[in-house]
Amino acid sequence: MLRLDKLVKTYKTGDQALKAVELEIPEGQVVALIGPSGAGKSTLIRCINRLVEPTSGKVYLGTVELTGLSSGALRRERRRMGMIFQEYALVERLSVMENVLSGRLGYVGFWRSFLRRYPQSDVDEAFRLLDRVGLAHMADKRADELSGGQRQRVGICRALIQNPALLLVDEPTASLDPKTSRQIMRLICELCKERGLAAIINIHDVALAQMFVQRVIGLRLGAVEFDGPPEGLTPEVLTTIYGEEDWEATIEAVEDDEDEAAE
Amino acid sequence: MPVTDHNGTKLWQRRTARESLSHWVMWLIGVAIFAYCWQRISETTTWFFVWDAPRIAGDLWARATPPKWDYIAQLGKPIWDTLNIATLGTLIALVLAIPVAFLAARNTTPSKLFIRPIALLIIVSTRSINSLIWALLLIAIIGPGVFAGVIAIAIRSVGFCAKLLYEAIEEIDDTQVEAITATGASRWQVMAYGIVPQILPAFAGIAVFRWDINIRESTVLGLVGAGGIGLQLSASLNVLAWPQVSLILLVILVAVVVSEWVSAKVRGAII
Repeated sequence: MLRLDKLVKTYKTGDQALKAVELEIPEGQVVALIGPSGAGKSTLIRCINRLVEPTSGKVYLGTVELTGLSSGALRRERRRMGMIFQEYALVERLSVMENVLSGRLGYVGFWRSFLRRYPQSDVDEAFRLLDRVGLAHMADKRADELSGGQRQRVGICRALIQNPALLLVDEPTASLDPKTSRQIMRLICELCKERGLAAIINIHDVALAQMFVQRVIGLRLGAVEFDGPPEGLTPEVLTTIYGEEDWEATIEAVEDDEDEAAE
Repeated sequence: MPVTDHNGTKLWQRRTARESLSHWVMWLIGVAIFAYCWQRISETTTWFFVWDAPRIAGDLWARATPPKWDYIAQLGKPIWDTLNIATLGTLIALVLAIPVAFLAARNTTPSKLFIRPIALLIIVSTRSINSLIWALLLIAIIGPGVFAGVIAIAIRSVGFCAKLLYEAIEEIDDTQVEAITATGASRWQVMAYGIVPQILPAFAGIAVFRWDINIRESTVLGLVGAGGIGLQLSASLNVLAWPQVSLILLVILVAVVVSEWVSAKVRGAII
């Protein structure tokens, strides 16, 4: 579904953010991308939809090779990749509905979008999605009136209304409280399952990642250090990714969480 | 290092001895320059006129009061012209300023090397020349009247509006733009959804702020023949009709106060 082939990103400053990353994600798989700050997680995600232009290497989405596309063709392919952001990245002064519908910008012409005359089918879908995430009554509110968790739900709707095949999720829970973080992660994973979406989720919280995903990729200094099931994250592995630290507490916390979830 | 060790206790001062000495020297130089300038100014002043000033001012006051109230009938049209010059000039300026601002902002300009410097040149050149001087030039080109005033105000305001607007564009939150780009939106859609909503409050604020300034500027344009209440003012000054002058000044004052009130209200409503 998604394949990265020797993906390299070197910034103008000389920092090598990605060093020949090889990665393959099958259809419908949800992957957590973990690693210390500066490991290149955000860069990796942004190189896939070319918000950051990769220096060399190739990205395949299905059979399409993304890195060689012209800007018009790239825009068409971006519609197949929904993105969810750390600080929600909603357009603060627009309403919730406008923010959700902005996910359809790749499909409607300029004047239709400028005059907010979206096709009825798009509006129907927007209401369905808002209803699915429990925000149907908020459609008319301005985005900056919402709480963090609510904003991230709107961000999820905006990504899903694109009807994507892949979700790129950049630190979805970094600015949320622990409970809301779990709810958002659960929602993203549920929605991926419902729609058969593949997803790459950048996440700091190792325990949270272990709770929800089938596969974890550990990135360190721009190279893949670990790739396997969440149970494979032993203290030794975490040490190779993050460096020396007492990891028992982190892993135990996961088990506690599972108990709590079972109660 | 402002921390010194004195018998085991650490003493802290804001500046080291050397720094405070240089501070005192700077102050000394500053005061010396001030005293020298004061002296030069007083040498070139004809003090007789200055001592005479209160008497002359009192004389003028006596001649100018009371204002010639019935003259107000002739001021309605000129003050209306003045308001129109300011409003139309501001509108034209805003229309011209929007593209210039987008071309000048670092994050939206198509080319930092070629187009941005041109846009910045437009901003600097229109801003640096006073509207009175623009009016003088334009009267020579398109003849005296309200139209010259409108264009003078418009040209003068383009740079001001474009500068404030491009600064607002440069300060927008990039992640919102990124998010809209990631949906597959086109360049213009990114502008309409990612950038415009973010700069709209700044734009409205700039518009009323400049309109408010332009009301004041357009009151004097008539002095050089570019229409509005300034024409009446210069005519009255020429014939030493002081009661008329004082009435005109009062009318201008009222217009400015009203415009300030309106712009304060509008800005308050936006923020």
